[in-house]
Amino acid sequence: VKKLRPSLAEAVAEQVHDGDAVALGLALESGIPFAAVHEIIRQQRKDLTLIGPISDMAFDQLIAAGRVAKVIAAWVGNVAGGSGYGFRRAYEQGQPRRIVMEDHSNFTVGLALKAAAMGLPYLPTFTGLGGDIVRGHPRIRPIDDPFDGPALLAVGAIKPDVAIVHVQRADASGNAHLWGNLGLTVEAAYAARRTIVVCEEIVADDVIRSDPNRTMIPGFLVTAVVEEPGGALPSSVQGYWRRDFETFLRYHRLSKTADGYQSWLKEWVLDLPDRAAYLRHMGDAAVEHLRVNDRRLAAAANFAP
Amino acid sequence: MIATYTRKELMVVAAAREIRDGEVVFVGMRLPLLGFGLAKATHAPTAVGLFENGVIRDRPAEAFIYTMGDPSNIVGAIACLGLNDVMSLLQQGRVDVGFIGGAEIDPNGNLNTTRTSSSGSLVRLPGSGGGADIASLAGRTVLIMEHEPRRFRERVDYITSPGHFPGRRRGGPATLITTLGVFDLSRGQVRAVSLHPGVTAAQVRDATGFTIAIDDSVPATTPPSTDELGYIRRADPEGFWTGDRRKGE
Repeated sequence: VKKLRPSLAEAVAEQVHDGDAVALGLALESGIPFAAVHEIIRQQRKDLTLIGPISDMAFDQLIAAGRVAKVIAAWVGNVAGGSGYGFRRAYEQGQPRRIVMEDHSNFTVGLALKAAAMGLPYLPTFTGLGGDIVRGHPRIRPIDDPFDGPALLAVGAIKPDVAIVHVQRADASGNAHLWGNLGLTVEAAYAARRTIVVCEEIVADDVIRSDPNRTMIPGFLVTAVVEEPGGALPSSVQGYWRRDFETFLRYHRLSKTADGYQSWLKEWVLDLPDRAAYLRHMGDAAVEHLRVNDRRLAAAANFAP
Repeated sequence: MIATYTRKELMVVAAAREIRDGEVVFVGMRLPLLGFGLAKATHAPTAVGLFENGVIRDRPAEAFIYTMGDPSNIVGAIACLGLNDVMSLLQQGRVDVGFIGGAEIDPNGNLNTTRTSSSGSLVRLPGSGGGADIASLAGRTVLIMEHEPRRFRERVDYITSPGHFPGRRRGGPATLITTLGVFDLSRGQVRAVSLHPGVTAAQVRDATGFTIAIDDSVPATTPPSTDELGYIRRADPEGFWTGDRRKGE
Protein backbone atom coordinates (compact mmCIF):
# COMPACT_ATOMS: atom_id res chain seq x y z
CA VAL A 1 0.00 0.00 0.00
CA LYS A 2 1.39 3.38 -0.98
CA LYS A 3 1.43 5.69 2.05
CA LEU A 4 3.28 8.74 0.80
CA ARG A 5 0.82 11.52 -0.03
CA PRO A 6 1.77 14.44 -2.27
CA SER A 7 0.10 16.99 0.00
CA LEU A 8 -1.27 17.43 3.49
CA ALA A 9 -4.57 18.51 1.90
CA GLU A 10 -4.85 15.07 0.35
CA ALA A 11 -3.88 13.25 3.56
CA VAL A 12 -6.42 15.21 5.64
CA ALA A 13 -9.18 14.76 3.03
CA GLU A 14 -8.62 11.03 3.06
CA GLN A 15 -7.87 10.35 6.76
CA VAL A 16 -9.90 12.87 8.79
CA HIS A 17 -13.69 12.62 8.63
CA ASP A 18 -16.59 14.51 10.18
CA GLY A 19 -17.22 13.24 13.70
CA ASP A 20 -13.76 11.70 14.10
CA ALA A 21 -11.86 11.59 17.38
CA VAL A 22 -8.53 13.23 16.49
CA ALA A 23 -5.43 13.07 18.71
CA LEU A 24 -2.83 15.80 18.16
CA GLY A 25 -0.45 18.06 20.07
CA LEU A 26 0.85 14.89 21.68
CA ALA A 27 4.46 15.94 22.34
CA LEU A 28 3.11 18.87 24.45
CA GLU A 29 4.65 22.21 23.41
CA SER A 30 6.81 20.99 20.53
CA GLY A 31 5.97 19.34 17.21
CA ILE A 32 2.33 20.46 17.14
CA PRO A 33 0.98 19.72 13.62
CA PHE A 34 -0.36 23.24 12.99
CA ALA A 35 -0.31 22.82 9.20
CA ALA A 36 -2.71 19.88 9.57
CA VAL A 37 -4.86 21.85 12.03
CA HIS A 38 -5.21 24.65 9.50
CA GLU A 39 -5.97 22.16 6.73
CA ILE A 40 -8.75 20.60 8.84
CA ILE A 41 -10.24 24.10 9.25
CA ARG A 42 -9.99 24.83 5.50
CA GLN A 43 -11.69 21.52 4.69
CA GLN A 44 -14.43 22.37 7.22
CA ARG A 45 -14.39 19.06 9.08
CA LYS A 46 -17.07 19.19 11.73
CA ASP A 47 -18.19 17.60 15.02
CA LEU A 48 -14.64 16.52 15.84
CA THR A 49 -13.54 15.19 19.22
CA LEU A 50 -10.05 16.46 20.09
CA ILE A 51 -7.74 14.35 22.26
CA GLY A 52 -4.46 15.51 23.78
CA PRO A 53 -2.62 16.26 27.04
CA ILE A 54 -2.05 20.01 26.89
CA SER A 55 -2.96 21.61 23.61
CA ASP A 56 -0.95 24.72 23.08
CA MET A 57 -3.15 26.98 20.87
CA ALA A 58 -4.02 24.25 18.33
CA PHE A 59 -7.21 23.12 20.09
CA ASP A 60 -8.18 26.75 20.65
CA GLN A 61 -7.91 27.46 16.90
CA LEU A 62 -10.06 24.45 15.97
CA ILE A 63 -12.67 25.15 18.67
CA ALA A 64 -12.97 28.83 17.68
CA ALA A 65 -13.42 27.77 14.05
CA GLY A 66 -16.49 25.77 15.11
CA ARG A 67 -14.98 22.43 14.11
CA VAL A 68 -15.19 20.76 17.53
CA ALA A 69 -18.00 19.02 19.45
CA LYS A 70 -15.97 17.55 22.31
CA VAL A 71 -12.55 17.97 23.94
CA ILE A 72 -10.76 15.28 25.92
CA ALA A 73 -7.73 17.00 27.45
CA ALA A 74 -5.87 18.02 30.60
CA TRP A 75 -5.24 21.63 29.60
CA VAL A 76 -6.61 23.84 26.85
CA GLY A 77 -5.07 27.26 26.41
CA ASN A 78 -2.03 29.09 25.13
CA VAL A 79 1.18 28.40 27.03
CA ALA A 80 2.49 31.86 26.13
CA GLY A 81 -0.49 33.70 27.58
CA GLY A 82 -2.51 31.27 29.69
CA SER A 83 -6.18 31.33 28.69
CA GLY A 84 -7.42 30.06 25.36
CA TYR A 85 -10.07 32.62 24.49
CA GLY A 86 -11.68 30.51 21.75
CA PHE A 87 -12.05 27.63 24.21
CA ARG A 88 -13.50 30.01 26.82
CA ARG A 89 -16.08 31.47 24.40
CA ALA A 90 -17.21 27.96 23.45
CA TYR A 91 -17.32 26.64 27.03
CA GLU A 92 -18.77 29.74 28.71
CA GLN A 93 -21.11 31.08 26.00
CA GLY A 94 -21.54 28.28 23.46
CA GLN A 95 -19.91 30.44 20.75
CA PRO A 96 -19.56 29.64 17.89
CA ARG A 97 -21.01 26.37 19.18
CA ARG A 98 -21.34 24.45 22.41
CA ILE A 99 -18.60 21.94 23.30
CA VAL A 100 -18.53 19.03 25.72
CA MET A 101 -15.43 19.01 27.94
CA GLU A 102 -14.02 15.79 29.36
CA ASP A 103 -11.47 17.07 31.89
CA HIS A 104 -8.38 15.01 32.61
CA SER A 105 -4.95 15.32 34.13
CA ASN A 106 -1.97 14.75 31.85
CA PHE A 107 -1.42 11.31 33.35
CA THR A 108 -5.04 10.16 32.87
CA VAL A 109 -4.88 11.17 29.18
CA GLY A 110 -1.61 9.22 29.03
CA LEU A 111 -3.09 6.15 30.73
CA ALA A 112 -6.20 6.21 28.53
CA LEU A 113 -4.08 6.24 25.36
CA LYS A 114 -1.66 3.69 26.82
CA ALA A 115 -4.54 1.33 27.66
CA ALA A 116 -5.76 1.53 24.06
CA ALA A 117 -2.18 1.08 22.83
CA MET A 118 -1.94 -2.09 24.97
CA GLY A 119 -5.33 -3.40 23.83
CA LEU A 120 -6.74 -3.10 27.37
CA PRO A 121 -10.10 -1.69 28.48
CA TYR A 122 -8.49 0.40 31.23
CA LEU A 123 -5.39 0.96 33.35
CA PRO A 124 -5.41 1.46 37.13
CA THR A 125 -3.90 4.48 38.85
CA PHE A 126 -3.76 6.47 42.09
CA THR A 127 -3.60 9.85 40.40
CA GLY A 128 -6.40 12.32 41.01
CA LEU A 129 -7.81 10.69 44.16
CA GLY A 130 -9.31 13.32 46.46
CA GLY A 131 -9.91 15.79 43.63
CA ASP A 132 -12.89 16.73 41.46
CA ILE A 133 -11.58 15.61 38.05
CA VAL A 134 -12.19 11.95 38.85
CA ARG A 135 -15.55 12.52 40.62
CA GLY A 136 -18.42 11.32 38.40
CA HIS A 137 -16.07 11.14 35.44
CA PRO A 138 -17.42 9.30 32.37
CA ARG A 139 -14.11 7.47 31.85
CA ILE A 140 -12.59 7.21 35.33
CA ARG A 141 -14.17 4.95 37.96
CA PRO A 142 -13.18 3.65 41.41
CA ILE A 143 -12.16 -0.02 41.50
CA ASP A 144 -10.95 -2.46 44.15
CA ASP A 145 -7.43 -3.82 43.91
CA PRO A 146 -7.84 -7.56 43.19
CA PHE A 147 -4.66 -8.06 45.25
CA ASP A 148 -6.29 -6.47 48.32
CA GLY A 149 -4.35 -3.20 48.26
CA PRO A 150 -5.94 0.22 48.68
CA ALA A 151 -8.70 1.40 46.33
CA LEU A 152 -7.71 2.45 42.83
CA LEU A 153 -9.12 4.35 39.90
CA ALA A 154 -9.62 2.74 36.49
CA VAL A 155 -8.96 5.01 33.51
CA GLY A 156 -10.87 3.76 30.47
CA ALA A 157 -9.09 3.40 27.13
CA ILE A 158 -9.30 6.12 24.49
CA LYS A 159 -8.94 4.89 20.94
CA PRO A 160 -8.59 7.84 18.56
CA ASP A 161 -9.89 7.47 15.02
CA VAL A 162 -6.81 9.29 13.82
CA ALA A 163 -3.58 10.55 15.37
CA ILE A 164 -1.63 13.33 13.66
CA VAL A 165 2.04 13.59 14.62
CA HIS A 166 4.89 15.78 13.41
CA VAL A 167 8.33 14.15 13.30
CA GLN A 168 11.77 15.03 12.01
CA ARG A 169 12.05 12.35 9.34
CA ALA A 170 10.28 9.32 7.94
CA ASP A 171 10.63 7.03 4.98
CA ALA A 172 8.00 6.53 2.28
CA SER A 173 6.56 3.59 4.27
CA GLY A 174 5.88 5.83 7.25
CA ASN A 175 8.64 4.52 9.54
CA ALA A 176 9.20 7.60 11.65
CA HIS A 177 12.30 8.89 13.42
CA LEU A 178 11.50 11.28 16.24
CA TRP A 179 13.83 12.75 18.85
CA GLY A 180 13.50 15.18 21.73
CA ASN A 181 10.61 15.05 24.19
CA LEU A 182 8.03 12.44 23.16
CA GLY A 183 5.05 13.27 25.37
CA LEU A 184 2.30 10.85 24.29
CA THR A 185 3.24 10.63 20.62
CA VAL A 186 4.07 6.94 20.69
CA GLU A 187 1.00 5.88 22.73
CA ALA A 188 -1.33 7.83 20.43
CA ALA A 189 0.13 6.34 17.25
CA TYR A 190 -0.13 2.84 18.72
CA ALA A 191 -3.68 3.43 19.92
CA ALA A 192 -5.18 5.18 16.89
CA ARG A 193 -7.07 3.45 14.07
CA ARG A 194 -5.20 5.66 11.57
CA THR A 195 -2.04 7.75 11.91
CA ILE A 196 -0.86 10.62 9.74
CA VAL A 197 2.88 11.22 10.00
CA VAL A 198 3.89 14.72 8.94
CA CYS A 199 7.66 15.02 8.60
CA GLU A 200 10.31 17.62 7.94
CA GLU A 201 12.04 15.28 5.48
CA ILE A 202 11.27 12.07 3.64
CA VAL A 203 14.45 10.01 3.79
CA ALA A 204 15.62 6.76 2.22
CA ASP A 205 14.66 3.72 4.24
CA ASP A 206 18.32 2.90 4.95
CA VAL A 207 18.50 6.11 7.01
CA ILE A 208 15.73 4.67 9.21
CA ARG A 209 17.37 1.26 9.36
CA SER A 210 20.73 2.82 10.34
CA ASP A 211 19.25 3.75 13.73
CA PRO A 212 16.21 1.58 14.54
CA ASN A 213 16.11 2.73 18.20
CA ARG A 214 15.07 6.14 16.94
CA THR A 215 12.01 4.72 15.12
CA MET A 216 9.21 5.75 17.47
CA ILE A 217 6.42 4.74 15.07
CA PRO A 218 6.81 1.68 12.84
CA GLY A 219 5.41 2.31 9.38
CA PHE A 220 2.84 -0.49 9.44
CA LEU A 221 0.87 1.60 11.96
CA VAL A 222 0.94 4.62 9.66
CA THR A 223 -1.81 5.23 7.11
CA ALA A 224 -0.41 8.37 5.45
CA VAL A 225 2.93 10.14 5.43
CA VAL A 226 3.51 13.66 4.12
CA GLU A 227 6.62 15.81 3.80
CA GLU A 228 5.74 19.27 5.09
CA PRO A 229 8.81 21.28 6.19
CA GLY A 230 7.88 23.87 8.81
CA GLY A 231 4.50 22.17 9.27
CA ALA A 232 4.72 22.45 13.05
CA LEU A 233 5.49 26.19 13.19
CA PRO A 234 5.06 28.20 15.35
CA SER A 235 5.93 25.25 17.65
CA SER A 236 9.49 23.95 17.67
CA VAL A 237 10.98 20.85 16.06
CA GLN A 238 14.29 19.74 17.57
CA GLY A 239 17.14 20.28 15.12
CA TYR A 240 14.88 22.03 12.58
CA TRP A 241 12.89 24.92 14.04
CA ARG A 242 12.97 27.15 17.12
CA ARG A 243 9.75 28.10 18.87
CA ASP A 244 8.14 31.25 17.45
CA PHE A 245 7.03 32.67 20.77
CA GLU A 246 5.84 35.99 19.31
CA THR A 247 3.28 34.27 17.10
CA PHE A 248 1.73 32.54 20.12
CA LEU A 249 1.53 35.88 21.94
CA ARG A 250 0.09 37.66 18.89
CA TYR A 251 -2.63 35.01 18.51
CA HIS A 252 -3.32 35.30 22.24
CA ARG A 253 -3.93 39.04 21.92
CA LEU A 254 -5.94 38.81 18.66
CA SER A 255 -8.15 35.91 19.72
CA LYS A 256 -9.34 37.79 22.80
CA THR A 257 -12.37 38.85 20.72
CA ALA A 258 -14.34 36.75 18.24
CA ASP A 259 -13.70 39.44 15.59
CA GLY A 260 -9.99 39.36 16.27
CA TYR A 261 -10.02 35.60 15.90
CA GLN A 262 -11.88 35.89 12.58
CA SER A 263 -9.28 38.33 11.24
CA TRP A 264 -6.50 35.93 12.28
CA LEU A 265 -8.38 33.01 10.69
CA LYS A 266 -8.83 34.83 7.39
CA GLU A 267 -5.25 36.06 7.17
CA TRP A 268 -3.43 32.89 8.30
CA VAL A 269 -5.73 30.03 7.29
CA LEU A 270 -8.61 30.78 4.92
CA ASP A 271 -6.76 33.12 2.53
CA LEU A 272 -3.80 30.73 2.22
CA PRO A 273 -3.96 27.50 0.20
CA ASP A 274 -1.30 25.54 2.08
CA ARG A 275 1.73 25.59 4.40
CA ALA A 276 4.13 26.76 1.69
CA ALA A 277 1.94 29.86 1.29
CA TYR A 278 1.90 30.27 5.09
CA LEU A 279 5.71 30.33 5.16
CA ARG A 280 5.78 32.84 2.27
CA HIS A 281 3.26 34.98 4.17
CA MET A 282 5.55 34.92 7.24
CA GLY A 283 8.34 36.27 5.02
CA ASP A 284 11.84 34.92 4.39
CA ALA A 285 13.44 36.87 7.22
CA ALA A 286 10.99 35.55 9.81
CA VAL A 287 11.31 31.98 8.56
CA GLU A 288 15.11 32.11 8.50
CA HIS A 289 15.16 33.56 12.02
CA LEU A 290 13.42 30.41 13.26
CA ARG A 291 15.29 27.85 11.18
CA VAL A 292 17.97 25.89 13.06
CA ASN A 293 21.23 25.92 11.11
CA ASP A 294 23.56 24.89 13.95
CA ARG A 295 24.67 21.29 14.37
CA ARG A 296 24.63 19.39 17.67
CA LEU A 297 24.95 15.87 16.31
CA ALA A 298 24.49 12.80 18.51
CA ALA A 299 27.47 10.46 18.70
CA ALA A 300 27.11 7.63 16.21
CA ALA A 301 25.90 4.28 17.59
CA ASN A 302 27.58 1.21 16.13
CA PHE A 303 25.05 -1.40 15.03
CA ALA A 304 27.62 -3.74 13.42
CA PRO A 305 26.74 -7.41 14.03
CA MET B 1 25.11 48.02 48.86
CA ILE B 2 22.04 45.79 49.07
CA ALA B 3 20.95 44.70 45.62
CA THR B 4 17.40 45.58 44.61
CA TYR B 5 15.30 42.72 43.40
CA THR B 6 11.76 42.05 42.20
CA ARG B 7 9.10 40.17 44.15
CA LYS B 8 9.27 37.39 41.59
CA GLU B 9 13.04 37.08 41.96
CA LEU B 10 12.46 36.66 45.69
CA MET B 11 9.87 33.94 44.94
CA VAL B 12 12.37 32.13 42.70
CA VAL B 13 14.89 32.17 45.56
CA ALA B 14 12.23 30.87 47.98
CA ALA B 15 11.36 28.09 45.51
CA ALA B 16 15.03 27.13 45.14
CA ARG B 17 15.39 26.87 48.94
CA GLU B 18 12.65 24.21 48.97
CA ILE B 19 14.86 21.84 46.94
CA ARG B 20 17.35 19.74 48.92
CA ASP B 21 20.52 18.34 47.47
CA GLY B 22 20.10 14.92 45.86
CA GLU B 23 16.35 15.23 45.44
CA VAL B 24 14.33 14.28 42.38
CA VAL B 25 12.23 17.28 41.45
CA PHE B 26 9.14 17.49 39.24
CA VAL B 27 9.83 20.90 37.74
CA GLY B 28 7.03 23.18 36.61
CA MET B 29 7.40 26.13 34.30
CA ARG B 30 8.03 29.81 35.00
CA LEU B 31 9.34 30.52 38.50
CA PRO B 32 9.98 26.88 39.57
CA LEU B 33 11.99 26.31 36.42
CA LEU B 34 14.31 29.15 37.42
CA GLY B 35 14.21 27.93 41.04
CA PHE B 36 15.41 24.49 39.98
CA GLY B 37 18.31 26.01 38.04
CA LEU B 38 19.20 28.25 40.97
CA ALA B 39 19.12 25.34 43.45
CA LYS B 40 21.40 23.35 41.14
CA ALA B 41 23.82 26.26 40.90
CA THR B 42 23.91 26.79 44.67
CA HIS B 43 23.01 24.30 47.42
CA ALA B 44 21.58 21.32 45.48
CA PRO B 45 24.13 20.44 42.77
CA THR B 46 23.04 16.79 42.50
CA ALA B 47 19.27 17.38 42.23
CA VAL B 48 17.60 15.82 39.17
CA GLY B 49 14.69 17.45 37.34
CA LEU B 50 11.79 15.69 35.59
CA PHE B 51 9.56 17.48 33.08
CA GLU B 52 6.11 16.16 32.18
CA ASN B 53 6.88 16.10 28.45
CA GLY B 54 9.41 13.33 29.22
CA VAL B 55 12.64 15.30 29.62
CA ILE B 56 15.05 14.50 32.46
CA ARG B 57 17.81 17.02 33.20
CA ASP B 58 20.53 17.20 35.80
CA ARG B 59 21.72 20.62 34.72
CA PRO B 60 19.78 23.73 33.80
CA ALA B 61 19.26 24.67 30.15
CA GLU B 62 22.10 26.67 28.60
CA ALA B 63 19.80 29.32 27.17
CA PHE B 64 16.57 31.05 28.16
CA ILE B 65 13.49 28.89 27.58
CA TYR B 66 9.83 29.79 27.26
CA THR B 67 8.48 26.23 27.56
CA MET B 68 9.79 22.84 28.68
CA GLY B 69 9.61 21.71 25.04
CA ASP B 70 11.93 24.45 23.75
CA PRO B 71 14.96 23.06 21.91
CA SER B 72 17.30 24.52 24.56
CA ASN B 73 15.63 22.34 27.22
CA ILE B 74 16.41 19.23 25.15
CA VAL B 75 20.09 20.00 24.48
CA GLY B 76 22.17 18.54 27.29
CA ALA B 77 19.27 16.57 28.82
CA ILE B 78 20.20 13.17 30.25
CA ALA B 79 17.08 11.54 28.79
CA CYS B 80 14.14 12.36 26.55
CA LEU B 81 11.32 9.91 27.24
CA GLY B 82 7.54 10.05 27.21
CA LEU B 83 4.96 11.56 29.52
CA ASN B 84 3.91 8.17 30.92
CA ASP B 85 7.55 7.37 31.80
CA VAL B 86 8.04 10.39 34.05
CA MET B 87 4.49 10.14 35.42
CA SER B 88 5.18 6.49 36.27
CA LEU B 89 8.24 7.54 38.29
CA LEU B 90 6.02 10.08 40.04
CA GLN B 91 3.35 7.44 40.82
CA GLN B 92 5.96 4.97 42.02
CA GLY B 93 7.14 7.46 44.64
CA ARG B 94 10.48 8.37 43.07
CA VAL B 95 9.82 12.11 43.07
CA ASP B 96 10.65 13.98 46.28
CA VAL B 97 9.15 17.37 45.49
CA GLY B 98 6.93 18.90 42.83
CA PHE B 99 5.92 22.49 42.10
CA ILE B 100 2.41 23.57 41.12
CA GLY B 101 0.48 26.80 40.78
CA GLY B 102 -3.21 27.60 40.79
CA ALA B 103 -5.78 30.31 40.23
CA GLU B 104 -7.46 29.63 43.60
CA ILE B 105 -6.46 27.93 46.84
CA ASP B 106 -8.28 26.89 50.05
CA PRO B 107 -6.89 26.26 53.58
CA ASN B 108 -6.34 22.55 52.82
CA GLY B 109 -4.09 23.43 49.91
CA ASN B 110 -6.64 22.37 47.30
CA LEU B 111 -5.95 24.21 44.04
CA ASN B 112 -8.46 25.17 41.37
CA THR B 113 -7.28 25.65 37.80
CA THR B 114 -10.45 24.37 36.06
CA ARG B 115 -13.41 26.73 36.47
CA THR B 116 -14.65 29.39 38.85
CA SER B 117 -17.69 31.57 39.37
CA SER B 118 -16.05 33.73 42.04
CA SER B 119 -16.52 36.89 39.96
CA GLY B 120 -20.26 36.19 39.47
CA SER B 121 -20.06 34.68 36.01
CA LEU B 122 -18.54 31.39 34.95
CA VAL B 123 -14.88 31.57 33.94
CA ARG B 124 -13.27 28.55 32.33
CA LEU B 125 -9.60 28.14 33.23
CA PRO B 126 -7.20 25.98 31.17
CA GLY B 127 -7.34 22.90 33.43
CA SER B 128 -5.01 20.59 35.30
CA GLY B 129 -2.20 19.86 32.90
CA GLY B 130 0.06 17.79 35.12
CA GLY B 131 -0.96 19.68 38.26
CA ALA B 132 -3.40 17.08 39.61
CA ASP B 133 -0.80 14.35 39.06
CA ILE B 134 1.96 16.19 40.90
CA ALA B 135 -0.46 17.10 43.71
CA SER B 136 -1.56 13.46 44.03
CA LEU B 137 1.72 11.63 43.65
CA ALA B 138 4.79 13.71 44.64
CA GLY B 139 6.48 13.17 48.00
CA ARG B 140 5.58 16.75 48.88
CA THR B 141 4.40 19.75 46.89
CA VAL B 142 5.33 23.39 46.87
CA LEU B 143 2.54 25.70 45.74
CA ILE B 144 3.18 29.03 44.02
CA MET B 145 0.40 31.66 44.07
CA GLU B 146 -0.42 35.30 43.49
CA HIS B 147 -1.64 36.43 46.92
CA GLU B 148 -5.02 38.08 46.27
CA PRO B 149 -8.30 37.82 48.22
CA ARG B 150 -10.28 36.45 45.24
CA ARG B 151 -7.71 33.63 44.96
CA PHE B 152 -7.49 32.71 48.67
CA ARG B 153 -10.92 31.24 49.37
CA GLU B 154 -12.49 29.28 52.21
CA ARG B 155 -13.70 26.79 49.59
CA VAL B 156 -12.61 26.54 45.98
CA ASP B 157 -15.29 25.96 43.31
CA TYR B 158 -13.47 22.95 41.90
CA ILE B 159 -10.61 20.87 43.30
CA THR B 160 -8.30 20.38 40.34
CA SER B 161 -5.18 19.48 42.37
CA PRO B 162 -6.04 17.84 45.68
CA GLY B 163 -4.48 19.16 48.88
CA HIS B 164 -4.75 17.49 52.28
CA PHE B 165 -7.65 15.03 52.63
CA PRO B 166 -8.32 11.99 54.84
CA GLY B 167 -6.90 8.82 53.30
CA ARG B 168 -4.21 10.51 51.23
CA ARG B 169 -1.58 7.94 50.25
CA ARG B 170 1.47 10.18 50.44
CA GLY B 171 2.72 13.71 50.21
CA GLY B 172 0.50 16.73 50.06
CA PRO B 173 1.14 20.45 50.18
CA ALA B 174 4.19 21.34 52.28
CA THR B 175 4.97 24.95 51.45
CA LEU B 176 3.09 27.81 49.83
CA ILE B 177 5.12 30.61 48.25
CA THR B 178 3.13 33.71 47.40
CA THR B 179 3.75 37.27 46.30
CA LEU B 180 3.52 38.23 50.02
CA GLY B 181 5.31 35.48 51.93
CA VAL B 182 6.21 31.86 52.54
CA PHE B 183 3.71 29.65 54.40
CA ASP B 184 3.71 26.19 55.90
CA LEU B 185 0.82 23.93 54.87
CA SER B 186 2.16 20.63 56.07
CA ARG B 187 -0.16 20.29 59.07
CA GLY B 188 -3.31 21.14 57.13
CA GLN B 189 -3.31 24.65 58.53
CA VAL B 190 -1.80 27.70 56.87
CA ARG B 191 0.94 29.27 59.00
CA ALA B 192 3.31 32.06 57.97
CA VAL B 193 6.97 31.02 57.87
CA SER B 194 8.19 34.40 56.65
CA LEU B 195 6.73 37.54 55.14
CA HIS B 196 8.54 39.22 52.27
CA PRO B 197 10.47 42.35 53.31
CA GLY B 198 8.07 45.29 53.69
CA VAL B 199 4.94 43.10 53.90
CA THR B 200 2.84 43.39 57.10
CA ALA B 201 0.68 40.75 58.79
CA ALA B 202 -2.38 42.97 58.24
CA GLN B 203 -1.65 43.08 54.52
CA VAL B 204 -1.51 39.28 54.38
CA ARG B 205 -4.74 38.89 56.38
CA ASP B 206 -6.51 41.37 54.07
CA ALA B 207 -5.39 39.41 51.03
CA THR B 208 -6.46 36.03 52.42
CA GLY B 209 -10.08 34.85 52.40
CA PHE B 210 -9.51 32.38 55.25
CA THR B 211 -7.81 32.25 58.62
CA ILE B 212 -4.06 32.25 58.50
CA ALA B 213 -1.73 31.94 61.50
CA ILE B 214 0.89 34.70 61.67
CA ASP B 215 3.06 34.94 64.82
CA ASP B 216 4.12 38.41 65.95
CA SER B 217 7.70 37.19 65.72
CA VAL B 218 7.41 36.00 62.09
CA PRO B 219 10.69 36.81 60.32
CA ALA B 220 11.18 38.51 56.96
CA THR B 221 11.98 36.29 53.98
CA THR B 222 15.76 36.29 53.51
CA PRO B 223 16.43 38.44 50.44
CA PRO B 224 18.32 37.03 47.46
CA SER B 225 22.10 37.13 47.73
CA THR B 226 24.19 38.79 45.04
CA ASP B 227 25.11 35.35 43.73
CA GLU B 228 21.49 34.21 43.61
CA LEU B 229 20.44 37.35 41.76
CA GLY B 230 23.35 36.93 39.38
CA TYR B 231 22.17 33.44 38.50
CA ILE B 232 18.53 34.49 37.99
CA ARG B 233 19.54 37.37 35.73
CA ARG B 234 21.74 35.16 33.59
CA ALA B 235 18.89 32.64 33.25
CA ASP B 236 16.20 35.28 32.61
CA PRO B 237 18.14 38.20 31.13
CA GLU B 238 15.08 40.14 29.92
CA GLY B 239 13.14 39.62 33.14
CA PHE B 240 10.50 37.73 31.16
CA TRP B 241 9.48 35.53 34.11
CA THR B 242 10.81 37.62 36.96
CA GLY B 243 9.35 41.05 36.22
CA ASP B 244 10.51 44.47 35.29
CA ARG B 245 13.53 45.24 37.43
CA ARG B 246 13.37 48.96 36.78
CA LYS B 247 9.94 49.09 38.39
CA GLY B 248 11.05 46.87 41.26
CA GLU B 249 7.77 45.06 40.62
